[in-house]
Amino acid sequence: MKVLVAIKRVVDANVKVRVAADNSGVDLNNVKMAINPFCEIAVEEAVRLKEKGVVTEIIAVAVGPKESQEQLRTALALGADRAILVESADEVQPLGVAKALKAIADEEQPGLVILGKQSIDGDNNQTGQMLAALAGMGQGTFASEVNVEDGKVKVTREIDGGLQTVELTLPAVVTTDLRLNEPRYASLPNIMKAKKKPLDVKAPADLGVDVTPRVKTLKVESPAERQAGIKVASVEELVNKLKNEAKVI
Amino acid sequence: MSVLVYAEHDNTSLKAATLNTVAAAQAIGGDITLLVAGSGCGSVAEEASKVAGVAKVLVADNAIYQNQLAENVAGLVASVGKGFGHILAAATTTGKNFLPRVAALLDVQMISEISGVVSADTFKRPVYAGNAIATVQSSDAIKVLTVRGTAFDAVAAEGGSAAVEPVDFSEDAGVSSFVGEEIAASDRPELTAAKVIISGGRGMQNGENFAMLEAIADKLGAAVGASRAAVDAGFVPNDMQVGQTGKIVAPELYIAVGISGAIQHLAGMKDSKVIVAINKDEDAPIFQVADYGLVADLFDVVPELEKAL
Repeated sequence: MKVLVAIKRVVDANVKVRVAADNSGVDLNNVKMAINPFCEIAVEEAVRLKEKGVVTEIIAVAVGPKESQEQLRTALALGADRAILVESADEVQPLGVAKALKAIADEEQPGLVILGKQSIDGDNNQTGQMLAALAGMGQGTFASEVNVEDGKVKVTREIDGGLQTVELTLPAVVTTDLRLNEPRYASLPNIMKAKKKPLDVKAPADLGVDVTPRVKTLKVESPAERQAGIKVASVEELVNKLKNEAKVI
Repeated sequence: MSVLVYAEHDNTSLKAATLNTVAAAQAIGGDITLLVAGSGCGSVAEEASKVAGVAKVLVADNAIYQNQLAENVAGLVASVGKGFGHILAAATTTGKNFLPRVAALLDVQMISEISGVVSADTFKRPVYAGNAIATVQSSDAIKVLTVRGTAFDAVAAEGGSAAVEPVDFSEDAGVSSFVGEEIAASDRPELTAAKVIISGGRGMQNGENFAMLEAIADKLGAAVGASRAAVDAGFVPNDMQVGQTGKIVAPELYIAVGISGAIQHLAGMKDSKVIVAINKDEDAPIFQVADYGLVADLFDVVPELEKAL
């Protein structure tokens, strides 16, 4: 069984972004970029499934700018077998990404598609569900456990009240939550090997999909800044302030 | 103009998040219809009909909607929603699960987790873990939106008298089934609805020590939360996580105990009215957003706090 893993190039999780002076977006000049943390978990899960003998080939796919090749190489170093970049210099929104992934899935016929549940830049949490809808597949979102057996996949999902387990017919879409696994580090020999693995570049038009954005960003602003308050010296002072100043207890 | 709001419930009662979503629908304007999809959910439909500002309640009562499987719910909502200008759901794990599926079926670019309504097609939403607020405009004919509950004051649960109508649609997608669930039982309020929250982080050292926070929670009628670090370390279960990818909360009082204050955690609680931080590291970033900071060893001051309340 083949598995398709979608990954996204995003601002590194440790960077505190700043809004651009002209309010057109956030300032990404000279900012460290990385593979989206949830996507890294998706790659790791695919590699573990291959190590278990459930999966035979892992194809990493990114939809985004040319520089996404760096993150695809990271995925290859972590254990993906080959990579596909659907290159677009312009922003591609989740619906467009889902359409491109659907076209790739039609070509590759994977048994499972694994994606991160959300990217830490747009915080949309949409692409996996949209792909599942377009492909008519079942979805196991926010996964903390994935078990493939007998043509089905059992997914334990992190939901607001606790955990839920669903069973899906393959092919299916899984989106990863934080506790699914702890991604490994790529070893130096694997990083070197990854440079020789195949990486195909396609344009959205090659796939016959329209990825024109439907939602326009009018402006981006900084949130209202919270002012740091005061330090209290004791529990007694804290309780006094909460009772008499803030009046919240 | 008309707005369809998906009612969130457990087949017995309406979830509070629905009332915040209705408030967002009111800000958009137009007739509001609540859709209740479930199994044996008559009491929910009745409750829904009383929600202030709701004109109509549609009920799809069928076993295939019992567990809110996204595949089945999305087919229903896409079918019913076609006639509406807006389709809204709460940005809970239920809404986040099925609504993007609805949007794709309708060929719409959904807008996630709106925190403000500028006009019928323009909305505000946080991006980059709330470090930026984007104002976005949709060019799709139907606007499909999830709503951040903490950004909209709930409408009254009583006072309305909407007509209740059954929906004649039931299609089992046949690709998924419900196996089981483990839902944490608690007498305390839900995190997203609590007026007071006390959360613990890595500094708690283990799960047993959360009993100290629970004792305070019981005195204040508070919910107990946690940082990602505490959940990842296995101290407490995932449903307690507050943060960018966990629950977004905005209580009257948020007490952060042994939480350093990573941006991902701040993203989930910085809209709280009053923030208290207890941490022994005086340089912890949590103090930059706290109204009241207490630099101390939590194992000394938390029991003291409990006694003082």
